[in-house]
Amino acid sequence: MNPALNAAVNAGMAPVATPWFFYVLAGLAVASGVAVITRRNAVHSALALIVTLLSVAGLYLMLYAPFVAGVQIIVYAGGIMVLFLFVIMLVNIDRASKDRQFNRIWPVGLAAACALMALFAFAIVKGKALFPDRGLSLPESSNTQQIASMLYGEAGRMGQYTFAFEIASLLLLVAILGAVIMTKKKI
Amino acid sequence: MVPITTLHYLVVAAALFVLGVIGVLTRRNVVIVLMSIELILNAVNLNLVAFSRMWGNLHGQLFAIFIVVDAAAEAAAGLGILIAFFRNKETINVDEIDLLKW
Repeated sequence: MNPALNAAVNAGMAPVATPWFFYVLAGLAVASGVAVITRRNAVHSALALIVTLLSVAGLYLMLYAPFVAGVQIIVYAGGIMVLFLFVIMLVNIDRASKDRQFNRIWPVGLAAACALMALFAFAIVKGKALFPDRGLSLPESSNTQQIASMLYGEAGRMGQYTFAFEIASLLLLVAILGAVIMTKKKI
Repeated sequence: MVPITTLHYLVVAAALFVLGVIGVLTRRNVVIVLMSIELILNAVNLNLVAFSRMWGNLHGQLFAIFIVVDAAAEAAAGLGILIAFFRNKETINVDEIDLLKW
């Protein structure tokens, strides 16, 4: 085994490939995140958001979470973004893209966000020592199987998250009904 | 080359979260505000998965999946409200949504 790769594996949180993948994906995610909140045309924002979602899915893969990465791509990039694009086509986007893009009190919002950023920076700098630079490694081959047994239970017993899973289906049902009722012409 | 640790992922997630907050607080277009909320939820998910990796168990990933479910419900309800509003007022600007303002 080549020594550089060995050192990376020993460092615990080391990604599957080289750290460059992390920097490329992270830079792509943040850059297209900036594009999401600055574009005038909402369709461009939606496309930039898709790039962000895909790069975050790549980061999940580097964290040995293939199932979450798949869910991210199928549900987010495939489902939710199609919903967004449909709604963008339904509402009148031409008028909105000619309007003022930022609301009147945007300096206040920006200042609040900067305060939040300072808080995060403070927390990360102060709490740096709490994070081990070496993480435990997961058995990556059975990730999906382990998630399934936690969600659905195994050997006839309820899993730890089975109840929460059922409640989540109820939440989705309520959301579907709410969306249908709200978009009806006459309620 | 510095190996990638949990902290790197936390920095990326914090950046995405702040971007989402800026979008929610400053943009006028409701669709973009909803997309910024998706950015925020993604930042939280990234944190959860990174912590799941750090502790070596799968609870963080389970939470991430539940947050994806929540994001889907939120997008459906939010966009439904948006369409109902657009039908009534012919606008999608946040600061013109003041029907409940006295």
